[in-house]
Parts: sequence; structure tokens; C-alpha cells
Amino acid sequence: MAAETETRAAADLRAERARCERLVALALEAARAGGADAAEASASVDRGLSATVRLGEVETVEFHRDQGIGVTVYVGRRKGSASTADLREASVRAAVEAALAIARHAGEDPCAGLAPPERLAREWPELDLHHPWGLDAEGAIALATACEDAARAVDRRIANSEGATVTTHEGTSVYGNTHGFLGGYEGSRHSVSCAVVAREGEAMERDWWWTVARDPAELEAPEAVGRRAGERAVRRLGGRKIATRECPVLYAAEVAGGLIGHFLGAIRGGRLYRRASFLLDRLGERVFPEWMAIREDPHIPKALGSAPFDAEGVATRPRELVAGGVLRGYVLDTYSACRLGMETTGNAGGVHNVLVAPSRSGGLEALLAEMGEGLLVTELMGHGVNYVTGDYSRGAAGFWVEGGRIAHPVHEITVAGNLAEMFRAIAAVGDDVDTRGRVRTGSILVGRMTVAGD
Amino acid sequence: MSERTREAMRIAAAAPAAARDPLALARERILAPGGLGEAELERALGTLLGHAVDGGDLYFQLSRSESWVLEDGRIREGTHHVEQGVGVRAIAGERTGFAYSDEIVLPALLEASRAARAIARGGGEGRVQAWRARRGHELYAPLDPLETLPVEEKVALLERVDAEARRQDPRVRQVIATLAGVHEVVLVAASDGTLAADVRPLVRLNVTVIVEHEGRREQGTAGGGGRFGYGWFLEEERALGFAREAVRQALVNLEAVEAPAGEMVVVLGPGWPGVLLHEAVGHGLEGDFNRKGTSAFSGRIGERVASPLCTVVDDGTLPGRRGSLAIDDEGTPTGRTVLIEDGILRGYMQDRLNARLMGARPTGNGRRESYAHQPMPRMTNTFMLAGPHDPEEIIRSVDRGLYAVNFGGGQVDITSGKFVFSASEAYLIEGGRVTRPVKGATLIGSGPEVLQRVTMVGNDLRLDDGVGTCGKDGQSVPVGVGQPTLRVDGLTVGGTQA
Repeated sequence: MAAETETRAAADLRAERARCERLVALALEAARAGGADAAEASASVDRGLSATVRLGEVETVEFHRDQGIGVTVYVGRRKGSASTADLREASVRAAVEAALAIARHAGEDPCAGLAPPERLAREWPELDLHHPWGLDAEGAIALATACEDAARAVDRRIANSEGATVTTHEGTSVYGNTHGFLGGYEGSRHSVSCAVVAREGEAMERDWWWTVARDPAELEAPEAVGRRAGERAVRRLGGRKIATRECPVLYAAEVAGGLIGHFLGAIRGGRLYRRASFLLDRLGERVFPEWMAIREDPHIPKALGSAPFDAEGVATRPRELVAGGVLRGYVLDTYSACRLGMETTGNAGGVHNVLVAPSRSGGLEALLAEMGEGLLVTELMGHGVNYVTGDYSRGAAGFWVEGGRIAHPVHEITVAGNLAEMFRAIAAVGDDVDTRGRVRTGSILVGRMTVAGD
Repeated sequence: MSERTREAMRIAAAAPAAARDPLALARERILAPGGLGEAELERALGTLLGHAVDGGDLYFQLSRSESWVLEDGRIREGTHHVEQGVGVRAIAGERTGFAYSDEIVLPALLEASRAARAIARGGGEGRVQAWRARRGHELYAPLDPLETLPVEEKVALLERVDAEARRQDPRVRQVIATLAGVHEVVLVAASDGTLAADVRPLVRLNVTVIVEHEGRREQGTAGGGGRFGYGWFLEEERALGFAREAVRQALVNLEAVEAPAGEMVVVLGPGWPGVLLHEAVGHGLEGDFNRKGTSAFSGRIGERVASPLCTVVDDGTLPGRRGSLAIDDEGTPTGRTVLIEDGILRGYMQDRLNARLMGARPTGNGRRESYAHQPMPRMTNTFMLAGPHDPEEIIRSVDRGLYAVNFGGGQVDITSGKFVFSASEAYLIEGGRVTRPVKGATLIGSGPEVLQRVTMVGNDLRLDDGVGTCGKDGQSVPVGVGQPTLRVDGLTVGGTQA
């Protein structure tokens, strides 16, 4: 019965893809008819469900269904874009009209235009991105309940909960342009998350854990997610500030991806051509220690960041971003590449899976031992990153480490430095790789930063 | 603020009489095209109100938005976006069922209603109470800002902003100016008979400049907006003022030295630095967290949480403000809620669900990003009232400290109460004088403690220029903040100079 439901759901989604393809074709045709020299359009449909259970009771059940189409037209070298969440034919035509009206007022831009035809994907690998769960509200509630129960059972100091949430989503997206490209594919994304509050005296600490995957079979068990959330909340109790100092900082895997994210932000074409990046003109230069390697691999089966082609239809391909510590590639779409006098790297819409090669085995323990004395960061707060200068200053919480072991929790502190210097000061990357995001990295040890506290 | 008030009044007075009733306009624009009337709304709500469902509501929304981006002295891109739909919510005790549809026709509405009531077991049909049309405040004209300026003039406005920024200094290398507007019509129909609508204009202009000098680069950002037409930017050279301000900030940052690290006296400038209040106390005083007992402020009404100099309010009724609303997204007229009075915690911000569960009154703070999101208690315009001190006297009183006048965003962990906000323009105070500019740094503190350390409050209350966006549970809504100059005796400054 469940299998039959899944098959029907998959057929529904294929029908949605066919509808998206028709609408994209319609938009391109309308753009041509309206005087566009070139046009591109993308349409998507996503549907899903989420259920939250708090303190053992259902809190919310939400049914999601999102859709939309976006069209960009080029009149000569002038560009206009419009989008609508209403997929009726008349609305799509109205969006095309709006885009054309905008293009007529835009400035001539020699870089405005579609991706080069020779870079468009002609055939693409099967990436195994669509795994429907077939979960209904009752099923989601049962899993969320099991997850939260496990969290609350961890310790008598778990005094409260923000609940456990189970989500399931699947969708289809289609891209087409007037070079004749029309492609689409289905994908899914499911998650289980839990956040609980530990209390001791007047002090309360919250922490969470989550699992996310395209294939429900690859999710961590809900009970394991709950236990981890509970353990993380309890171990933060008794946190205190530490004195202001300089010391090594170890970014736990769950926050280390953010550090690599800042690197990726700084090599994004949009920042580079605006001269708004601290890594401007650094291609071919050493920006990390000699042993460091970072790759982009858009073709990992089932991975969250996998995609056969980018948001402009350009074929994606595995490549080196950093090898031997040297910056080997930027993150470019067609427009920013043109502005830089380069070629697109197939990153319209962002990076795909970015993999940081571990330099140490033995997980977080090994890096704690290597650090000896310093700060382990498990949570970061705020947005204190200046991409123009690389100046970095963020709120943090975590643990003080002595003799390679956790001594006590730490809160209400900041960690600061300059990203260019922090990247050069990376001492090790652990093999405790977190695969839940687009960046897959283990914990990262940064040799020296300023920690501000008392 | 007084200028803005006059502007809102002027536009309201100029609006044609027929367009001034938001409910009539919403019926015509949202319901009529899909053949919906009050009978159909009753039927959908009846479907929603099964056995064991306490209540429910329908939230219809129609929005049209645009943005124009100038870069390198030319319009690089423009976008236009249309969105419409209806969100359907069923509430039973603490449970909420929620579904939405982007089609505003009866079959879709009934389907969403049946899905939303999945939280309630059993059948039966509920009864909807007699419709009561609720009118909100008149805080802004029911206009479509996209239509308030011809496209040529929108383009010309951005070009003037670009020229003005470049004219300031030869070190300006890049200017990015964005003009954006939203026209939104909403209609709320609830099972208790609430029927209310609002027509919400919102405009914003942002300027970012990159300056470069002897190999060093920096940026500056300024902007503003509110619930007006685009004409607001043309008055009093506001748009050009943002251009000059962005360049000024960038040039200051070119001279900035390393920021200090550690706990010290911090003087916060007036206006936008009020993001302190939004993070340190605002979120922690939202009703949902307090009902659940997960806020560091839970159960502390009547207690001292700030120095007696501090009175903090949330006020959604200020004319034309970015965070203002005639009615909230549940149809409740917005209000002025005293959160902290002379240092004593007085009240929380409530939506209807949390107010009912806490036995409190809704305060008009039920907000949502769109029809596809559930409402929750959110801030509107949150600010501290003026105090007795001359701002100059406050600076003179500090021997060594930080004077922070501009900020990026912030964040708070409402459970531990720890919050951060990041300065983007700051100076050292040495011997009672503002001396060198320092690089941006994050400031971190504890919400329940920080306002107890306020020792001086300026007489210079200012609200921000209308650029704030608040995120909570993945939902973004426009907000305002404000404060007078404040002296805080002890905040941790996250610079690099240990």
C-alpha cells in the first residue's frame, strides 16, 4: 500500500514537471513574441508536510505547497526579470510583460545575456536525488514524539522543550532558455530536529540537533537526534565567561562549515567584480596552509548540494577550489565571469557540494588533544563578517579545553580575527565530517584568535 | 518623526475617498476575482471548525513588489514579483493545523480547510459567529507605491544617488543603489466573526559604496524607507542624504584601527543602535516564548530587569513607520505596549493564540511573513523613551570606552538571554572625548542584565531610518527600532586588541 502511494506521488510529480516544462516553454515563446532577443525561465513546484510535537503534545501540523515561475528577458543587452507564484497561463504571460517593461528601462550591459551555448548541459548523470517518504501527518507526529521523548529522557535537568519537528518535502524544478535548453529534475529533502532546554537553578540553556537527507533511509534515527539534543543542552549548564585572551580556537564540525562558507562567499563572482572581497586578485596564490585541499563535487549521488546543471543550464563538474593551499578557482556565474574576463564555473545559484579534505584521523578527540589548551566553539551568533576587509568578530559559546580535555562550558564571549589570517593559521581539519550541508568538513583548528570575555 | 507624520497625513488626504476603505478594496481585489463572498468564507471556516477545534482563521494576501538595482552607474537589473494566496489555520488548545493555497477559489479553500483541521479528531461542523468588520488605525495611505513614480523617475532617482555618492570623494570605486517597493492587500476572516483588511505600502532605498585608498578597501551602507510612496525619497533630499551617509561611513572605516577586546563602558548612539533593545529584551518578551517558559524573562512580570532610567515600548501605531500596521495579521488593531516601565518588566507582546493561553489580551503583535506562514508574536517598532541626559555629557562622563553609532544585524538566544549585535561604525572614547575610529566588532551581553547596567539615558530619542528586517523561525517581517544615546557600564566588545 505504501509503495503504491509512493508510485502515485512520483507520477504526480512527473506530471508537475511536465506542467513546469510547458509553462517555461510558454514563457520563452511569449518573451520572443514580445520582442526579447533572448530569454530564460525556471519553474518549480514543491510540496511537503511538517509536524511539531512539544512536551508530548502535537503543537503544529503544516501542509506546504509552493510553486513559482521566474523569467528573465534580454532586449539587446538590457535585462529584465519577473516572477509569479501564480502558475495560470495568463499570470505567466503577465510576468513576461513585466520583465519586458523592465528591460526597456534597464541600462545597456555588455555582460547581460544567457550562458554560452557550448557550456549548457547536453546530458547529465543520474544523481538519485528523489526519494519520496510517503509520510502522513500521523506518521510524522509519531516520529517527532519519539524524538522529543528521547531528548527529555536524557537527564532530569531537561526542564522544558521547544519541541521536535519532522519535515518531508519533494519537488520538481525546470529550467529553459532560448538557446534551446530545457531540463528538469525531481528532488526530495527530509529532516528531523529537536531543541530542548536544560535548567539548573535560575540558569537555562537550550541546544538542538538535527538530521537531514534526501533519502529517509539515510536520516539518523529520531531517538538518536533527540538524545544528542538533550546531551548538548545539559552539557552547556554551568557556562561562564573567560578572561579576554589570545588562544587557539577549534571550530566543531557543525560550525566549521560556516567558516568555509565565508571563504566561498569571498570567492563569489558578485563580490569579486564589485571589488568587495578580501580575496580579490588572489587566484593562483596561497590562501590556506600548503596541505589544505577543497573540492567541489556536484555529482555525489543523493547529496543535498548535488545538481546536474546550474541555474543557467550550465553543466556542473567536479573541480578543485583549493589545492596545495593555493586558490584554484572562483565561484562564478555567466555574468560575473564576463565582468571578470573569465568563464562561468557552473555556479549560478550557488555552490554545490564542497568537500574539505581532512588532515587528521581520530575525530574531534584528536583535534582536542592537538589543541591542548584553547577554546572549542560549538555555537556562533550574529553576522560580524566584513567580506571587504575579512574582519571577523562573532558571538560564541562552547567549552574551555585544558590538557586536551573539556574543562567547562563557556558563554557570552566573542571570537575575532581577520579571515585571511585565520585561513592561513588553520592547523588541522578533522575527519569528523558533517554531511548535513552543502559544505562537508570536519572540525577545524585555527591556531590563534582573539577571544573577548571578562 | 514629525515630518513622516505629516507626509502620511498628506498622502492620506490626497487619496480618493473610494480607495480609503481597505475592506472594500480587499473584497474587490482578492475575493471577487475568484467568486468569493462572505458566504463562501463562512463555509470554509465551517469546514475548518470540526469537533474539538476552538477556532480558526483565513488570511488572504495579494502582493506585488519590484526592485531596481543600479550598479556601475547604470540600471543592471529590475525585478517584478506577484504573489497571492490564502493561509488557513485551525486551533485546538495549543495545537495548530495549517495549510495554504495559492489559488483563491472555493474548492482550494475547502481543501486547505480540511487539511488544516487534521489536528482535530472526529467530525462535525462548527458555527462561525456573525461577521464584525474591524477597522484598523489610519497610519498610511492605501496606495500602491509602485504606481507613485513613473519608471523613468525611479531610474533617474537611482542615477542621482549614484552621482551624489561619486561626487563626495574620488576614493569611491563602486556604488550599488537599490530601490524597492511592495504593495500588499490583506484580508483576515476568523471564526469569531473578525473581518478586517489592510492595504500596506512599503518602500525602501539602499546605498552601498566601496571606497579604495592605497590598496585598502572599505564599504559603507545607508538607506531608509517606510509605508509611503516613492515621493518620500525625493523630499528633503533624503535619497541624496543616504548616498552621502554611505560614503561618510566608508571613509571613516578607511581610517579605522583594530577594535579593543574585552568588557568596557559602551556608549550607544541614538536611532538604529536600538537594535540592542530588539535583541536584548524584545524577542525575550514575545508571548510564545513566555507561555512556554523558554525565555530568560519568563515569569518575571513586575520584577526589575532594567535601570529605573529605562522605559521600553513596542508601538505599531506610528504613522508611516516601516514596523507599523493598521491591523496585525490576525485582524487585531496594533497598539502601544509598555514592555519595561522605569526599569520594571510590565508586559509581553501577544498574538491571539498565546494571549488566550496566557489569559492575556492580544496586543496586535500577531504577524506573519506571508499567507504561507503561520502568525506568531512579533515586534513592530521597539524603542526606549528619552531620558534626562545631554548626549555630550554622556560622552564626557566616560574615561575609556567605545562609542558605537552604526550597526549591522544582531541575534539572541532567548533561553540563555545572550545576545549579540555587530557595530559597523565605532570610535574609542578616551578621556571623555571621541577619538579614533575602530573596525567593526560584535558586542555580546546578557539580555536580563544589560539594561540594568544603563547608567545614563540621553534626551535625544531617535527612531531608525526604516531599514530593519527581523527574522524568527525562518520568517522575515519589517520592523523598526529606536533609542536615545545610552551609556552601558559593561558590555563585552569583540575586537582583536586583547
